[in-house]
Amino acid sequence: MSETKVQAPEGVPFIDVSREFDAPRDLVYRAFVDPELLVQWLGPQKYKMIIDIYDVRAGGTWRYVHRDPDGNEYGFHGVFHGDPTPDGIVQTFEFEGAPGHVSLDKLSLEEHDGRTTVRTHSVYQSLEARDAVVESGMAAGMDEGFNRLDVLLGNLVPVA
Amino acid sequence: MQPTSLDAVFGALADPTRRAILARLTAGDRTVAELAAPFAMSQPAVSRHLKVLEGAGLITRTRRATARLSHLEAAPLRDATEWLAKYQAWWDESHGRLDALLARLQADPTPDPSGDRTTERSIDDHPGRRRNP
Repeated sequence: MSETKVQAPEGVPFIDVSREFDAPRDLVYRAFVDPELLVQWLGPQKYKMIIDIYDVRAGGTWRYVHRDPDGNEYGFHGVFHGDPTPDGIVQTFEFEGAPGHVSLDKLSLEEHDGRTTVRTHSVYQSLEARDAVVESGMAAGMDEGFNRLDVLLGNLVPVA
Repeated sequence: MQPTSLDAVFGALADPTRRAILARLTAGDRTVAELAAPFAMSQPAVSRHLKVLEGAGLITRTRRATARLSHLEAAPLRDATEWLAKYQAWWDESHGRLDALLARLQADPTPDPSGDRTTERSIDDHPGRRRNP
Protein backbone atom coordinates (compact mmCIF):
# COMPACT_ATOMS: atom_id res chain seq x y z
CA MET A 1 0.00 0.00 0.00
CA SER A 2 1.16 3.54 -0.71
CA GLU A 3 2.32 5.74 2.10
CA THR A 4 1.12 9.28 2.66
CA LYS A 5 4.18 11.51 2.92
CA VAL A 6 3.85 14.68 4.96
CA GLN A 7 6.61 17.26 5.02
CA ALA A 8 6.68 20.40 7.14
CA PRO A 9 9.96 22.03 6.11
CA GLU A 10 11.79 23.89 8.84
CA GLY A 11 11.66 27.69 8.80
CA VAL A 12 8.98 28.13 6.12
CA PRO A 13 5.20 27.98 6.75
CA PHE A 14 4.50 25.22 4.24
CA ILE A 15 3.06 21.75 4.43
CA ASP A 16 3.51 19.30 1.57
CA VAL A 17 1.50 16.10 1.34
CA SER A 18 1.96 13.48 -1.38
CA ARG A 19 0.34 10.14 -2.03
CA GLU A 20 0.16 7.72 -4.97
CA PHE A 21 -3.12 6.08 -5.96
CA ASP A 22 -3.69 3.03 -8.13
CA ALA A 23 -6.10 4.80 -10.48
CA PRO A 24 -5.97 7.03 -13.58
CA ARG A 25 -5.73 10.79 -13.09
CA ASP A 26 -9.21 11.67 -14.35
CA LEU A 27 -10.82 9.34 -11.83
CA VAL A 28 -8.73 10.64 -8.92
CA TYR A 29 -9.59 14.20 -10.00
CA ARG A 30 -13.28 13.28 -9.95
CA ALA A 31 -12.92 12.02 -6.38
CA PHE A 32 -11.64 15.48 -5.39
CA VAL A 33 -14.16 17.68 -7.27
CA ASP A 34 -17.37 15.61 -7.21
CA PRO A 35 -19.03 16.31 -3.83
CA GLU A 36 -20.88 12.97 -4.05
CA LEU A 37 -17.50 11.23 -4.06
CA LEU A 38 -15.62 13.61 -1.76
CA VAL A 39 -17.95 12.91 1.17
CA GLN A 40 -17.13 9.23 0.87
CA TRP A 41 -13.46 9.58 1.77
CA LEU A 42 -12.37 12.95 3.18
CA GLY A 43 -11.69 12.89 6.92
CA PRO A 44 -11.78 10.16 9.55
CA GLN A 45 -14.29 7.35 9.05
CA LYS A 46 -16.11 8.09 12.32
CA TYR A 47 -16.97 11.64 11.18
CA LYS A 48 -20.00 12.49 9.10
CA MET A 49 -19.03 14.93 6.36
CA ILE A 50 -21.71 17.41 5.26
CA ILE A 51 -21.05 19.58 2.20
CA ASP A 52 -22.93 22.91 2.20
CA ILE A 53 -21.60 24.10 -1.12
CA TYR A 54 -18.92 22.88 -3.51
CA ASP A 55 -18.90 25.22 -6.50
CA VAL A 56 -15.92 23.98 -8.50
CA ARG A 57 -15.07 26.94 -10.78
CA ALA A 58 -12.92 30.09 -10.69
CA GLY A 59 -14.29 32.22 -7.85
CA GLY A 60 -16.60 29.45 -6.64
CA THR A 61 -16.90 28.89 -2.90
CA TRP A 62 -16.84 25.68 -0.93
CA ARG A 63 -17.84 24.83 2.62
CA TYR A 64 -18.11 21.56 4.49
CA VAL A 65 -18.53 20.36 8.05
CA HIS A 66 -17.16 17.30 9.82
CA ARG A 67 -19.52 16.15 12.60
CA ASP A 68 -18.07 13.88 15.27
CA PRO A 69 -20.07 11.13 17.03
CA ASP A 70 -20.81 13.53 19.94
CA GLY A 71 -22.37 16.05 17.55
CA ASN A 72 -19.49 18.54 17.63
CA GLU A 73 -19.03 20.21 14.26
CA TYR A 74 -15.83 21.41 12.62
CA GLY A 75 -16.42 23.72 9.66
CA PHE A 76 -14.03 24.55 6.82
CA HIS A 77 -14.51 26.89 3.88
CA GLY A 78 -12.68 28.65 1.08
CA VAL A 79 -12.70 29.82 -2.54
CA PHE A 80 -11.41 28.24 -5.75
CA HIS A 81 -8.95 30.44 -7.63
CA GLY A 82 -8.64 29.88 -11.38
CA ASP A 83 -10.52 27.11 -13.17
CA PRO A 84 -9.86 23.81 -11.39
CA THR A 85 -8.46 21.17 -13.79
CA PRO A 86 -6.63 17.86 -13.34
CA ASP A 87 -3.41 19.86 -13.76
CA GLY A 88 -4.13 21.91 -10.70
CA ILE A 89 -6.67 23.08 -8.15
CA VAL A 90 -5.83 26.29 -6.30
CA GLN A 91 -7.98 27.21 -3.33
CA THR A 92 -8.00 29.03 -0.04
CA PHE A 93 -8.61 26.99 3.09
CA GLU A 94 -9.89 28.28 6.43
CA PHE A 95 -10.79 26.33 9.57
CA GLU A 96 -13.75 28.07 11.20
CA GLY A 97 -12.28 27.37 14.63
CA ALA A 98 -9.38 29.68 13.75
CA PRO A 99 -10.95 32.43 11.62
CA GLY A 100 -8.57 34.62 9.64
CA HIS A 101 -5.82 31.98 9.47
CA VAL A 102 -6.20 31.23 5.79
CA SER A 103 -3.89 28.95 3.86
CA LEU A 104 -3.43 28.90 0.09
CA ASP A 105 -3.44 25.33 -1.19
CA LYS A 106 -2.40 23.96 -4.56
CA LEU A 107 -3.28 20.41 -5.49
CA SER A 108 -1.72 18.75 -8.52
CA LEU A 109 -2.17 15.30 -10.05
CA GLU A 110 0.41 13.43 -12.15
CA GLU A 111 -0.24 10.13 -13.89
CA HIS A 112 2.45 7.49 -14.57
CA ASP A 113 1.63 4.01 -15.86
CA GLY A 114 -1.99 4.26 -14.80
CA ARG A 115 -1.11 5.40 -11.28
CA THR A 116 -1.66 8.94 -10.06
CA THR A 117 0.43 10.94 -7.61
CA VAL A 118 -1.47 13.65 -5.76
CA ARG A 119 0.54 16.49 -4.24
CA THR A 120 -0.77 19.33 -2.11
CA HIS A 121 1.32 22.34 -1.24
CA SER A 122 -0.17 24.52 1.52
CA VAL A 123 1.17 27.96 2.34
CA TYR A 124 0.25 29.48 5.72
CA GLN A 125 0.74 33.08 6.85
CA SER A 126 3.29 32.16 9.53
CA LEU A 127 4.91 29.14 11.15
CA GLU A 128 2.78 29.73 14.26
CA ALA A 129 -0.40 29.80 12.17
CA ARG A 130 0.59 26.59 10.41
CA ASP A 131 1.25 24.69 13.61
CA ALA A 132 -1.80 26.08 15.45
CA VAL A 133 -4.26 25.54 12.63
CA VAL A 134 -3.11 22.02 11.96
CA GLU A 135 -3.17 21.15 15.64
CA SER A 136 -6.65 22.55 16.28
CA GLY A 137 -8.39 21.75 13.02
CA MET A 138 -7.18 18.70 11.19
CA ALA A 139 -6.10 16.97 14.37
CA ALA A 140 -9.50 17.24 16.02
CA GLY A 141 -10.66 13.92 14.69
CA MET A 142 -7.54 11.99 15.56
CA ASP A 143 -7.52 12.49 19.32
CA GLU A 144 -8.97 9.10 20.09
CA GLY A 145 -6.33 7.28 18.07
CA PHE A 146 -3.56 9.33 19.56
CA ASN A 147 -4.80 8.85 23.08
CA ARG A 148 -4.17 5.18 22.41
CA LEU A 149 -0.68 6.08 21.23
CA ASP A 150 -0.11 8.07 24.42
CA VAL A 151 -1.07 4.99 26.42
CA LEU A 152 1.18 2.90 24.25
CA LEU A 153 4.06 5.28 24.91
CA GLY A 154 3.10 5.74 28.54
CA ASN A 155 5.98 3.69 29.89
CA LEU A 156 8.52 5.48 27.72
CA VAL A 157 10.30 8.59 28.88
CA PRO A 158 12.42 9.65 25.91
CA VAL A 159 15.68 11.18 27.05
CA ALA A 160 16.83 14.32 25.30
CA MET B 1 11.67 19.05 10.54
CA GLN B 2 12.71 16.14 8.36
CA PRO B 3 10.27 14.03 6.38
CA THR B 4 8.96 11.36 8.71
CA SER B 5 8.42 7.67 8.12
CA LEU B 6 5.74 7.38 10.75
CA ASP B 7 4.51 4.08 9.36
CA ALA B 8 7.87 2.54 10.30
CA VAL B 9 7.79 4.13 13.75
CA PHE B 10 4.22 3.06 14.48
CA GLY B 11 4.91 -0.39 13.04
CA ALA B 12 7.91 -0.79 15.32
CA LEU B 13 5.92 0.43 18.34
CA ALA B 14 3.03 -1.94 17.66
CA ASP B 15 4.93 -4.87 19.21
CA PRO B 16 4.92 -5.19 23.04
CA THR B 17 8.42 -6.75 23.15
CA ARG B 18 9.86 -3.85 21.19
CA ARG B 19 8.11 -1.34 23.47
CA ALA B 20 9.59 -3.13 26.47
CA ILE B 21 13.05 -3.00 24.86
CA LEU B 22 12.67 0.76 24.29
CA ALA B 23 11.52 1.22 27.88
CA ARG B 24 14.68 -0.55 29.11
CA LEU B 25 16.86 1.63 26.87
CA THR B 26 15.52 4.79 28.54
CA ALA B 27 17.76 3.80 31.48
CA GLY B 28 20.87 3.66 29.28
CA ASP B 29 22.61 1.72 26.50
CA ARG B 30 22.39 -2.09 26.68
CA THR B 31 23.94 -5.10 24.93
CA VAL B 32 21.82 -7.72 23.18
CA ALA B 33 22.49 -10.16 26.05
CA GLU B 34 21.34 -7.62 28.63
CA LEU B 35 18.20 -6.88 26.61
CA ALA B 36 17.42 -10.57 26.13
CA ALA B 37 17.79 -11.41 29.84
CA PRO B 38 14.25 -10.45 31.03
CA PHE B 39 12.55 -12.20 28.10
CA ALA B 40 12.04 -15.91 27.43
CA MET B 41 13.65 -15.26 24.09
CA SER B 42 16.88 -16.10 22.28
CA GLN B 43 19.44 -13.42 21.49
CA PRO B 44 18.84 -13.84 17.71
CA ALA B 45 15.12 -13.22 18.30
CA VAL B 46 15.94 -10.06 20.26
CA SER B 47 18.36 -9.05 17.50
CA ARG B 48 15.54 -9.26 14.99
CA HIS B 49 13.47 -6.87 17.10
CA LEU B 50 16.47 -4.53 17.37
CA LYS B 51 16.79 -4.53 13.59
CA VAL B 52 13.16 -3.35 13.26
CA LEU B 53 13.73 -0.62 15.86
CA GLU B 54 16.90 0.46 14.09
CA GLY B 55 15.08 0.55 10.74
CA ALA B 56 12.49 2.91 12.22
CA GLY B 57 15.24 5.16 13.55
CA LEU B 58 14.20 4.49 17.15
CA ILE B 59 17.61 3.12 18.15
CA THR B 60 21.18 3.24 16.90
CA ARG B 61 23.75 0.51 17.52
CA THR B 62 27.45 0.83 18.25
CA ARG B 63 30.21 -1.62 19.18
CA ARG B 64 31.82 -1.92 22.59
CA ALA B 65 34.66 -4.47 22.37
CA THR B 66 32.85 -7.59 21.07
CA ALA B 67 29.33 -6.52 22.09
CA ARG B 68 26.87 -4.37 20.16
CA LEU B 69 25.29 -1.63 22.22
CA SER B 70 21.78 -0.37 21.53
CA HIS B 71 21.02 3.30 22.13
CA LEU B 72 17.57 4.90 22.29
CA GLU B 73 16.98 7.72 19.79
CA ALA B 74 14.41 10.10 21.25
CA ALA B 75 13.61 12.27 18.23
CA PRO B 76 11.37 9.86 16.28
CA LEU B 77 9.35 9.19 19.44
CA ARG B 78 8.83 12.90 19.95
CA ASP B 79 7.93 13.36 16.29
CA ALA B 80 5.44 10.54 16.52
CA THR B 81 3.52 12.35 19.22
CA GLU B 82 3.67 15.82 17.72
CA TRP B 83 1.07 17.58 15.63
CA LEU B 84 2.62 16.45 12.38
CA ALA B 85 1.77 12.89 13.29
CA LYS B 86 -1.85 13.84 13.87
CA TYR B 87 -1.95 15.60 10.53
CA GLN B 88 -0.40 12.58 8.88
CA ALA B 89 -2.91 10.27 10.57
CA TRP B 90 -5.77 12.42 9.27
CA TRP B 91 -4.51 12.08 5.73
CA ASP B 92 -3.51 8.43 6.12
CA GLU B 93 -7.07 7.55 7.06
CA SER B 94 -8.60 9.77 4.36
CA HIS B 95 -6.28 8.38 1.68
CA GLY B 96 -6.99 4.81 2.77
CA ARG B 97 -10.70 5.51 2.28
CA LEU B 98 -9.95 7.13 -1.10
CA ASP B 99 -8.02 3.98 -2.14
CA ALA B 100 -11.11 1.92 -1.40
CA LEU B 101 -13.41 4.35 -3.22
CA LEU B 102 -11.17 4.41 -6.33
CA ALA B 103 -11.10 0.60 -6.34
CA ARG B 104 -14.93 0.52 -6.18
CA LEU B 105 -15.25 3.10 -8.97
CA GLN B 106 -12.87 1.17 -11.23
CA ALA B 107 -14.74 -2.08 -10.59
CA ASP B 108 -18.03 -0.36 -11.48
CA PRO B 109 -17.57 3.12 -12.98
CA THR B 110 -21.26 4.07 -12.58
CA PRO B 111 -22.24 2.92 -9.08
CA ASP B 112 -24.59 5.85 -8.51
CA PRO B 113 -25.78 7.34 -11.81
CA SER B 114 -28.47 9.51 -10.22
CA GLY B 115 -25.91 11.07 -7.91
CA ASP B 116 -23.58 11.73 -10.84
CA ARG B 117 -26.28 13.49 -12.84
CA THR B 118 -27.16 15.72 -9.91
CA THR B 119 -23.54 16.65 -9.43
CA GLU B 120 -22.92 17.42 -13.08
CA ARG B 121 -26.02 19.55 -13.28
CA SER B 122 -25.15 21.54 -10.19
CA ILE B 123 -21.63 22.28 -11.42
CA ASP B 124 -22.09 22.68 -15.19
CA ASP B 125 -25.35 24.62 -15.11
CA HIS B 126 -24.18 27.10 -12.51
CA PRO B 127 -24.98 30.58 -13.85
CA GLY B 128 -21.44 31.78 -13.18
CA ARG B 129 -19.78 28.72 -14.76
CA ARG B 130 -16.92 29.84 -16.97
CA ARG B 131 -16.25 28.01 -20.21
CA ASN B 132 -12.83 27.98 -21.82
CA PRO B 133 -12.65 30.84 -24.34
